[in-house]
Amino acid sequence: MRTKTLFSIFIVFFLVLFFFFYKGLQNPNIYTPSVEIKKDIPNFEAKLFNTNELIFSEKVFKSDKFYLINIWSSWCVPCRDEHSFLLRLRENVDIIGLNYKDKIVNAKKFLNEFNSPYRLILSDPDGTIAIEWGAYGVPETFLIYNKKILKKYIGPLNENSLLEIKRMIK
Amino acid sequence: MKYLNFLIIIIIVFNSNFLNAQEQKLKNEITKNLRCLVCQGQSVYDSDTEFANSLKILVERKLDEGLSEKQIYDFFKEKYGEWILYDPQFNKSTYFLWLLPVLMFLLGGAIIFKLFIKKKN
Amino acid sequence: MASLIGYYSLVFGLCASLLIVFFCIKNFQNSLIFDNKVLTFTFLQLFFVIISFLGLIISFINSDFSNETVFNHSHTTKPLFYKISGTWGNHEGSLLLWLLVLTLFIFLFLLKSKDQSKKYRILTLLFQQIIIIGFFIFLIQTSNPFNYIFPVPSEGLGLNPILQDPALAIHPPILYLGYVGSSIIFSSTLAATALNYVSVDWAKHIKFWILTSWIFLTLGILLGSIWAYYELGWGGFWFWDPVENVSLMPWLALTTLLHCVLILEKKNLLSSWTIILSISTFTLSMCGTFLVRSGILNSVHTFANDPERGLFILIFLFSLIFLSLIIFFFFHKQDKKKYNFFWLSKETSIVVNNWFMMYFLTVVLIGTTYPIFLEVLTSEKISVGPPFYNKLIIPFLIPFLFAMAIGPKLKWIKSDIKDKFYLILFLIISLLLSAFIIKNLNINFLLNTVLVTSAFYLFFITTRDFFSKGLKNLSQNIAHFGFSLLILSILLNNIFSSEVITNLKVGETLQLDKTQIKFESIEKKNINNYAAVIGKFQVRDKDGNTQILNPELRIYNQPNIVTSEADIKTNLFTDKFMTMNLVQNQDYFNIRYQIKPFMIWIWISVLLISFAGLTSLLKKKNYEN
Repeated sequence: MRTKTLFSIFIVFFLVLFFFFYKGLQNPNIYTPSVEIKKDIPNFEAKLFNTNELIFSEKVFKSDKFYLINIWSSWCVPCRDEHSFLLRLRENVDIIGLNYKDKIVNAKKFLNEFNSPYRLILSDPDGTIAIEWGAYGVPETFLIYNKKILKKYIGPLNENSLLEIKRMIK
Repeated sequence: MKYLNFLIIIIIVFNSNFLNAQEQKLKNEITKNLRCLVCQGQSVYDSDTEFANSLKILVERKLDEGLSEKQIYDFFKEKYGEWILYDPQFNKSTYFLWLLPVLMFLLGGAIIFKLFIKKKN
Repeated sequence: MASLIGYYSLVFGLCASLLIVFFCIKNFQNSLIFDNKVLTFTFLQLFFVIISFLGLIISFINSDFSNETVFNHSHTTKPLFYKISGTWGNHEGSLLLWLLVLTLFIFLFLLKSKDQSKKYRILTLLFQQIIIIGFFIFLIQTSNPFNYIFPVPSEGLGLNPILQDPALAIHPPILYLGYVGSSIIFSSTLAATALNYVSVDWAKHIKFWILTSWIFLTLGILLGSIWAYYELGWGGFWFWDPVENVSLMPWLALTTLLHCVLILEKKNLLSSWTIILSISTFTLSMCGTFLVRSGILNSVHTFANDPERGLFILIFLFSLIFLSLIIFFFFHKQDKKKYNFFWLSKETSIVVNNWFMMYFLTVVLIGTTYPIFLEVLTSEKISVGPPFYNKLIIPFLIPFLFAMAIGPKLKWIKSDIKDKFYLILFLIISLLLSAFIIKNLNINFLLNTVLVTSAFYLFFITTRDFFSKGLKNLSQNIAHFGFSLLILSILLNNIFSSEVITNLKVGETLQLDKTQIKFESIEKKNINNYAAVIGKFQVRDKDGNTQILNPELRIYNQPNIVTSEADIKTNLFTDKFMTMNLVQNQDYFNIRYQIKPFMIWIWISVLLISFAGLTSLLKKKNYEN
């Protein structure tokens, strides 16, 4: 009797274990931070790309206005893919560029070649501002309203994210 | 006077070196406890990706600004989520993680004591 | 051609399995003596698997890119040595190696167990065949190493450069001999349980297999660790990465079993516990395979993962667990003996060892799998890393080390502590020595002193035992001595390591109060399948000794990956370790220079521990307690 009870307990225990592992198999093993973040934008200090002048982030982002901040670099290949989407968004929203770990010469060449979608570009030579934003690669794009991050796009923008952004800023 | 200046400079250099060494050590400690998001099996300390390198610089800067170790962890936790910490915090979702092994140890001890050890008669 | 032969050999191997099962059942019921046909077919099966394995090796050597595995993991410019080791450096090939070890061990088992009863041998073979058939199907169904691709590509994709390394080339075969070898313990235990054969004699017989697996597993873990030390990290050798944990868990279970089986052997006690441990060892191996190969966990070493494979292993794993449960609960006659251990006896000390080992195992197991459970329950994602393991393991290491020093001195049944004078003398010496070492350092004084004391204590006691006990219990003493040396080296290494991280351009010099690092030059070289950038650094320490270090960057052509090769200058006391790395868009390099004391002693002590296993294996005659 005692044996049977113990046996049943073990069977149930292992079945539960099996269930957990089975469920766990369906989850992705790569971690991606949450993209729906209703957080305040970080405060930071950055140099302007064109003039090398120091500027505080408070001065860049005004309340009651939509912004798109796009982290990019001339050496980043996917950034080229998303460039056309950024150009199409230029009319709808102010796009701020954050130039990530780039050489000024290369970055300027890149902008001359592909046209600049940015209203303003900030420099991030050592990549630390990107971290203040909670980014971990290039490109990443953040949609901002009222000094709050509404949504973040990891990796290059595409047709879907373009439509989504347009819908959100209406 | 010249010698005195020289001496002062040397002292400053040595002191800053010493402070630097302490801070370096703390920085390494901290980056060892942060998990890299790019190559996800490694700590920021072990990783050499762009992300990890920038993160190391930022940790150093935060230390210079006078933040404590815990404040720095909280900063990164807020940016990237609990996942980035290698040292899971003790809260309601990790009670079992921290306590289960110790409970098992106590249970094992109790079983051993009850089953095996000679009773005094 | 070789691929084709390899594939059909696999199919034949599976057919041999069916024949073996058939003859086993016939032989089990009908005859009194062991049918040699069974042995012949077992050999035939091994032979087919060897042919299949050779087929894959030959495909790799010939760079036969019509074979998908070769195409994915090899390249014509790769050196021959790494072409061969590439065979088991991937998921499919390594599973073929699994199968090879499974069939090899059962064949050796049949050869070595001629003095055992027929039923026991047949049943062991049957259980092993269940595992073997499972793996045959797994291999052929989900991970066929001989998939044909057409049109035939002209060039392969290449092997991940960090795997192109001598230590890692021999690491899988050695590791698998232990990791998969434990399957024979599993099968024979199930057989012995079902036949109610668990006894003193069985314990003597199974000890050989426990020791064999244990030695190879220890060596395999060592090789992996050495590789991680110079290839993966910055002087670390154990990262508590899931892949490492997965090899550590069966090791802990095996080590526990190794101690527990002594009680069964000498006192015919704890048979249920021995059975549970034997079963869990291989179950943990399988569980580890599931965790690593299914891609459920995130690790440095990722195999190409595929949910279908994960599901297969998962179902297979749990079938084995349920099979074991049925056999354990319905066939095993629990001994009704009343245990009555005196608190100070060898029995008690072994039970205490088991208690602590099980705790360490629990920590590793829970730490590794907890994130999976949490995510399923709450979809929260957390990481469990080194700080967790350190916090839970280190405090328990202290009593464990003391118990390791005292335990072997105790006698069976009832004992008394002799030599009290020396025991206390060594305690005082260890304490003073540790306090002296720790006192000027800026670390937690109490914890570190007690920790180092316990390690020194074990060190001194075991050292003295070499002289006072001589050849008696030699293997045990070597193993415990090795373990004290291991803990001691790890502790001192941790405490006294120092490092410098800096950015330097060619020609620059970094001046610190203790060391001076001069970046003299860089040199470019083109070698077979990579281009090397070799830095030349002159390091001058505070005594004015200089040394040249040449860390290297390798830009592999296929796949296009940059790796950083450390330069390590080893001597008996310290390792000097330097790496250099590219920094995006900058003309300087990131340089890391580390001084790591007693590194080599970590390797030596683990070698000593496995050597202890070997001496025990060679010593056939039973020694009195």
